[in-house]
Amino acid sequence: MGYSLFQEELNIINIGTSIFKDDLDVQRASSVQFSWKPPAGGSPALLQALDRVAEWEQIEAANRLAVQRIREAHPYLVDMGTALTSIPGMEPDLILHAGPPIAWKDMCGPMQGAIIGALLFEEKARNEAEARELAASGAVRFAPCNEYAAVGPMAGIISPSMPVHIIENREHGNKAYCTVNEGLGKVLRFGAFSGEVISRLNWIRDVFAPAIKRGLAESGGIDLKAITAQALHMGDECHNRNKAATSLFYKEISGHLLAAGLDGEGLRDTLAFIRNNDHYFLNLSMPACKAALDAGHGVEYSTIVTTMARNGVEFGIRVSGMQKDEWFTFAANKVQGLLFPGYTVDDAAPDLGDSAITETMGIGGFAMGGAPAIVQFVGGTVEDAVGYSAQMYEICAAENPQFTIPNLDFRGSALGIDIRKVLETGILPVINTGMAHQEAGVGQIGAGIVHPPQQCFEQALLAYASRYDGKE
Amino acid sequence: MQIRIAIQKNAYHDSVALMSLTGQINGLDGIEEAVVSMGTPMNKELLANVGMLTEEAAACGDNDLILAVKAESEEALEQAFQEIDGLLHAQRGNKKKGGAPVQTWGAAVQALPEANLAIISVPGEYAAREAEKALKQGMHVMIFSDNVTLAEEKRVKELAAGKGLLVMGPDCGTAIINGVGLCFANEVRRGSVGLVAASGTGLQEVTVQLHRLGLGVSQAIGTGGRDLHEEIGGIMMLEGIRALQADEKTEVIVLISKPPHPSVQERMLRELEGSAKPAVVCFLDGDAEALREAGFTAATTLLDTAQLAAGHLKAEPAGGTGAGERFRKLLDEADRQRSRLAAGQTDVRGLFCGGTLTAEALSILRGEGLAVRSNVAKKPEEKLQDVSVSTGHTLLDLGDDEFTRGRPHPMIEPGLRNERIVQEGRDPAAAVLYLDFELGYGSHADPAGVSIEAIREARRAAEAEGRYLPVVAYVCGTELDKQDKASQTRLLEEAGVLVAESNKEAALLAARLAGRSIKEEA
Repeated sequence: MGYSLFQEELNIINIGTSIFKDDLDVQRASSVQFSWKPPAGGSPALLQALDRVAEWEQIEAANRLAVQRIREAHPYLVDMGTALTSIPGMEPDLILHAGPPIAWKDMCGPMQGAIIGALLFEEKARNEAEARELAASGAVRFAPCNEYAAVGPMAGIISPSMPVHIIENREHGNKAYCTVNEGLGKVLRFGAFSGEVISRLNWIRDVFAPAIKRGLAESGGIDLKAITAQALHMGDECHNRNKAATSLFYKEISGHLLAAGLDGEGLRDTLAFIRNNDHYFLNLSMPACKAALDAGHGVEYSTIVTTMARNGVEFGIRVSGMQKDEWFTFAANKVQGLLFPGYTVDDAAPDLGDSAITETMGIGGFAMGGAPAIVQFVGGTVEDAVGYSAQMYEICAAENPQFTIPNLDFRGSALGIDIRKVLETGILPVINTGMAHQEAGVGQIGAGIVHPPQQCFEQALLAYASRYDGKE
Repeated sequence: MQIRIAIQKNAYHDSVALMSLTGQINGLDGIEEAVVSMGTPMNKELLANVGMLTEEAAACGDNDLILAVKAESEEALEQAFQEIDGLLHAQRGNKKKGGAPVQTWGAAVQALPEANLAIISVPGEYAAREAEKALKQGMHVMIFSDNVTLAEEKRVKELAAGKGLLVMGPDCGTAIINGVGLCFANEVRRGSVGLVAASGTGLQEVTVQLHRLGLGVSQAIGTGGRDLHEEIGGIMMLEGIRALQADEKTEVIVLISKPPHPSVQERMLRELEGSAKPAVVCFLDGDAEALREAGFTAATTLLDTAQLAAGHLKAEPAGGTGAGERFRKLLDEADRQRSRLAAGQTDVRGLFCGGTLTAEALSILRGEGLAVRSNVAKKPEEKLQDVSVSTGHTLLDLGDDEFTRGRPHPMIEPGLRNERIVQEGRDPAAAVLYLDFELGYGSHADPAGVSIEAIREARRAAEAEGRYLPVVAYVCGTELDKQDKASQTRLLEEAGVLVAESNKEAALLAARLAGRSIKEEA
């Protein structure tokens, strides 16, 4: 029995009360204070589940495989299409929305507003009252974008006639879909449905989308992974800041549009629409992440999160090793951050939108440390932002060497949120996000930081443990 | 009377820090009762007992902080809450000293990749889990936490033994590894005596006495109080003995424990028989005679243990015969004070912070022919029925569970003993008040200072009824301890307290004041 301890210098981790650490400091002993808190919120059932799954050897290999698939996915923007004909399973009376499943009567104001707008756009209703009646009648079906290989920011509404970006993951062959970002102000995704909103949607359908479709045909596909990687070195985190990525995309698409022979007013307006919208790339960043994460879903035994999404009422997550459309949901939190002048916290709707797909992919809030310009907007310091990003390694299975963060010495961003690690550490994923006004159509009223409710991860772990218990 | 309950959701603080904070708030003027604690079932029960468990508080979980204060006035409430706020923030600030605190194992190992020891003081139900994590990463472990089940203790210790790692504890208060005092330990010279102990203050007392004898400590390993129970089988004491046998710096091995289970004792003794190094065994309240007949060096008190270890090292006792003379002077002074006692003053009243010091005092006083009762007695006839009132010769360990529920240990907050000190002063049967003061790491910064007014008040209370109340104290510490032993002793002596140089001496002085002739020499 070799007690080499007596020959070594003591290096102590003090877990619990800091009184002991203080006296180790007095003795100049090398030590670290571990400010412990009960894992899994102190719930015996969860602790038991954590301990049980800790013994399952298949998990590590499963998570490695899931993360490898996510990392190796290579999304390209290949085409524009119409939702009904492009999205598999889309139907004439189906409307897709952000977040986990929700019934019309339970939806938040902005989501109902956006659905009203979509029914006006689809010419299924002539006014708000008719639209509300139709939506409540059951004649229109609602389902999460995420269940149809799609994602949408804020309300995330996709109706059958809407044009969608078509993203192809050329590594694994799956596709993902997202609408065109309308810009800021009165826009459908914040629940606005006035005339100007509908005419913009019409213009996107009639002028913008066909133009982009021609340009893309010329391009042979635009490499979204490459643009994201570069933008991360240019101060974007590709969720709340897409200035650099949009510029890079503009540089690419403009050449293709010219090469496709576009000219005149159509070309001018199309280019101006992208140029004037710093968030254009958000609707490419999101489906690119979606394409990669869908490739990582369905790995038996994997505890990696493949979706985080909010519908303005509930936050939902999906886990790779669970069923395709199995959601773990809980009441969404309110976003903490900076409000535009004239608004208060009470004006804000709870957390909304599919855009947390970017954090699920290890960018957005996870890469905030590399996006100093956004930090003030979300109400913190650069140090806070670097700290948030660094903390995310604690709850992730891996790092992504293809998405590196300059401020963290080009360390790869944290990738592959592991539900076990979230519960073990009590550290929740950090999400950068916009705040929507709770009333339809008012629009964005601020931006900040939000966390998923821990209960989503708790439910997921319990369901996971019972699904695989006895199989291992 | 004003009551205010505030809840902070998901704001975990460790219980020792909160109990200290609660103690400070309870000390403010105009505060009837303050409880600042996490919303654990036990804490909620405590709140219910003082009538402050609101519906909202009842709904709290382990991670939610409950601040409950009952005060005379709205102003006092306001002041208390401001104070709490300040203290909670001060604690957070303090932790930044010596490197930022971490929140996870991953970050801890990253901050200190060469970590080889984990000290665990989390609530007991989580301690084994954290210990296993440390062991799996190759770290030795000291578990300060109590309330760990025997099954968990066994599991963790077996895991450790298989890896050649130490698990000190659960409920291990003291260790000195490579010269570093862990949790509650005194600053002593480094040297050639290696100790393994199933007792915290027992280990403190022997290391302090070794230091006083001019000797030093190579390693002092704690095992936790239950290691020598049959269920655990002495796994860590055995590992400790082997580690000390292999340790080049250790020349003499010392074992300290309450009497082990016979099968476990057998195993320990067999291990010692095979040892090339001399050993001293102190099984407090055990059958030392039988051990001696079996050829072991056995001690009956902690002081003797240190002296026997010194004998093995052929060391000259520091101070030589002067030590005997100093004690005789103390005995003479005790006799003078005894002559001032009134007729009904018959009883020794011991109020202890140290558990093993209580047990040792019980053993010594019994040996001097006194019928003693204690809350930590094992013999049924010695068991104190009602801990709130002393009857006859009474020794109270105020660090025992019934006193520490929701309160800090009296070694951290010796002031918790003050009320009882005054209570004993009012009792006409009290012939001598017997107190211990622990110095060293982990302990209160000024234990004599926070007690001195209560001692004075107890004596005034006795005097008001025409009695003189002698007080005997033992300050367990060395001149190297951060509290400064000399000034602690002076403070007590200036208040007329007889200050002994060992717990054994103090016990003998108390016996003398209760009228015994004293068979033993200290």
